[in-house]
Amino acid sequence: MTDALIYLGCAALLAGAIFTLLAAIGVLRLPDLYMRMHAASKAGAVGGGLILLAVALVCFDAAVALRAIIGVGFLLLTTPVSAHLLARASHYAGYRADELMEIDELKSKSGQSLM
Amino acid sequence: MSPAAIVIVLALGWAAITGNFSGLNLLFGAAIGAIAVLLLRRAFAPPRALRKLRRISSLALLFVYELMLSAIRVAIIVVTPDLKSALRPAIVAVPLTVKSDAEITLLANLITLTPGTLSIDVSEDRGVLYVHALTLSTREALIADIAKGFEIKVKEVFE
Repeated sequence: MTDALIYLGCAALLAGAIFTLLAAIGVLRLPDLYMRMHAASKAGAVGGGLILLAVALVCFDAAVALRAIIGVGFLLLTTPVSAHLLARASHYAGYRADELMEIDELKSKSGQSLM
Repeated sequence: MSPAAIVIVLALGWAAITGNFSGLNLLFGAAIGAIAVLLLRRAFAPPRALRKLRRISSLALLFVYELMLSAIRVAIIVVTPDLKSALRPAIVAVPLTVKSDAEITLLANLITLTPGTLSIDVSEDRGVLYVHALTLSTREALIADIAKGFEIKVKEVFE
């Protein structure tokens, strides 16, 4: 039982580390801020969440495990908010998206609306 | 959920976060919880707990599945050698049928954590959500995806 938990925890830790690494590579490679937020918010949240889950699995302490799982919840609640806020703020600050962007239905209305 | 049940859940949550299940700490958590419930008493919907619970868990399951899918998809895009041709970014105006603040907040958070989409802004009349797509196929497909997937589930949870 404890062995299985430790193996599961190691697998979660490894997967979390890989996702976090890929999120970092995504932030480096993707061409503009909006696309970078995709990498940072999704792969980043899953990576961080899996690492916290690994902590919960291998610590064998109910108090620590509970807090780690609650931490996963908070991570999933707050990551999209910060990604959304960064993307919105840069759009209103006049950030120029990469020329790959074909449709921008927000641009047409941002002139009249206040920040 | 009745206010008393909420206070009990909040007290247990407090004890879990502080890592201390002693009687005094539980009492302290219950006191804070009671104050919070008192302040927010108008926000609690009338009880239809069981059906709602089932809908919440169905939404949570769908969310975890979509979250894993989206992380894997972003990871695959990130390591594609020819990055420029894999991407088709766009900002699309998605019409909303959910109306309350809580529903829009939840939907926007879910959209951000699911495959290829990131919510950017909501219009002032709360009728339109602006969504950034990483790999857009067509805007109609994206709108239909959101309307048929999460929007229905969110509506069920809040109705």
